[in-house]
Amino acid sequence: MPPDAPDQEYLWTLNFGPQHPATHTTLRLVLTLDGERVVNSIPHIGYLHSGFEKLAEHLDFNQYVTIVDRMNYLSPLANEVGWHHAVEKLLDIELTPRCKYLRTILAELMRLHDHLLNCGTSALDLGAFTAFLYFFEQRELIYDIVEYASGQRYHSSYTRVGGVMFDVNNDWVNKVRSFTKQFRKTHDEVHRLLTRNRIFIDRTKGIGVLSKEQAINLSVTGPIARASGVVRDLRKDEPYLAYKDFDFKVICSQGGDCYARYLVRMQEMIESVQIIEQAIENIPAGPVNVDVGSHVVLPAKPAVYRSIEGLIQHFEVNMPNRGYEVPHEELYAATESPNGELGYYIVGQDSTRAYRARTRPPSFIHFAVFSHIIKGHMLSDVVAVLGSLNIIAAELDR
Amino acid sequence: MTDLQPLLEKFGLTQSEFRDNRRVVVAAGQVFALLETLKNSHGFNMLIDITCVDYLEYEGATDRFGVVYCLLNMTTGERLIVKTFVNDPAPSLPTVTTLWMGADWMEREVYDMFGITFTGHHDLRRILMPDEFTAFPLRKDYPIKGRGERHNFPVITRSES
Repeated sequence: MPPDAPDQEYLWTLNFGPQHPATHTTLRLVLTLDGERVVNSIPHIGYLHSGFEKLAEHLDFNQYVTIVDRMNYLSPLANEVGWHHAVEKLLDIELTPRCKYLRTILAELMRLHDHLLNCGTSALDLGAFTAFLYFFEQRELIYDIVEYASGQRYHSSYTRVGGVMFDVNNDWVNKVRSFTKQFRKTHDEVHRLLTRNRIFIDRTKGIGVLSKEQAINLSVTGPIARASGVVRDLRKDEPYLAYKDFDFKVICSQGGDCYARYLVRMQEMIESVQIIEQAIENIPAGPVNVDVGSHVVLPAKPAVYRSIEGLIQHFEVNMPNRGYEVPHEELYAATESPNGELGYYIVGQDSTRAYRARTRPPSFIHFAVFSHIIKGHMLSDVVAVLGSLNIIAAELDR
Repeated sequence: MTDLQPLLEKFGLTQSEFRDNRRVVVAAGQVFALLETLKNSHGFNMLIDITCVDYLEYEGATDRFGVVYCLLNMTTGERLIVKTFVNDPAPSLPTVTTLWMGADWMEREVYDMFGITFTGHHDLRRILMPDEFTAFPLRKDYPIKGRGERHNFPVITRSES
């Protein structure tokens, strides 16, 4: 470089544009590079902004679950469980034990769903195609389980205020059992493919290091924080649903790099399978929805069609000037979604529509971390770091 | 549980509890000092969320915008919600990015959606909406279907490009 050249003339700008197979979803990075090293990166988001929070002010609590599904679309049921957890806390509804177990099993299946995709696609971005295919086959089995319960593979909109849409039967229980029986073998196979793979380790170890203090200061939660040494898991610290009844470990690491995040997610999958196995053997019997006397759930259709009480109860829930009482208050409630702490700040008004329903989106908050941890790494590390941060555009932009 | 009594007196807070949320309301002029005290002396080292509520159509509301800071004490697991109110015209609050770096994007989003400026923020520009967007979408007076912005996107035809 000539001695009298202006200081930063050697830096060049690269647009890692919204349409790029390695960014997973529509997000844009403007990278300032020195040769191949990243000096600065400015993320631009909003390509998938769909006004979800505005829609919350126009949709019923049970209708908004369809929107919430579509936020973290890798684990839709986890979002639904989180949303209805917040709504039921606002309305002070205590779920039936059967419902708690069902929602726990589905939330853990969704944790598997998310981690399987994340580990698979971050491996795919680094060139490991087989791991991606093996994990996606497992995801297909989870899709089958969700479809059996709710009728929809993907955005199931399965939970309702006070319960779930339909109850499950023994066939579903057997489906979950057969899934858990064969899961560990595939997990072990991919573990043997990647975890001690020289190329994988070279590309992820020491890349994108997030220290513990940085993680706390940047509001990072979930597997990314746990991989940096922040020991916090809402399932253990603020137990909700049926997590108190199960024996599982909170997986942490001290590395804080992409490899640590990969290891934390891989081991969390095993812990999730353990929870599912314990839960599926012990699902309590009984009703899955709360009692119809609370005016939040619809009665069973045979009762609606054959008895006058059932008909009245149905209309008590559905008619516009009836329905249930919503306190004129505000509430923040969070659950441990696969990506981190998914919280909802709901402001209630005297109507079954929220006045304001803010989603605290883990992906949004984690993407802000990106420009801090990518400095000094090479262009190919951008892909590794993006993959390990598990940025999901629909949750990023809402 | 943190004893909020000394803070209540020092900052003139009102406190309330709902389900298991503990909330305090503080005046906009004191919110930075309160958050700084909470972070440095009372251990609330993680900022969970910054959000805003537009109380234009809310029954019994006195101010227009309520900015909410959700805090977490990592060691004890205690949560606290700090709320402050700002009003039109030119609603503005001091930034808390000097306390928690995570507030960076959260404040940008509140600015983008509600129009509340955060003085001292190093880069307060729109984050979700396009940069040329003029309105603040999550305000209650902005209609859900928008004001026709979609029809006015600049279109580059083949002959121009």
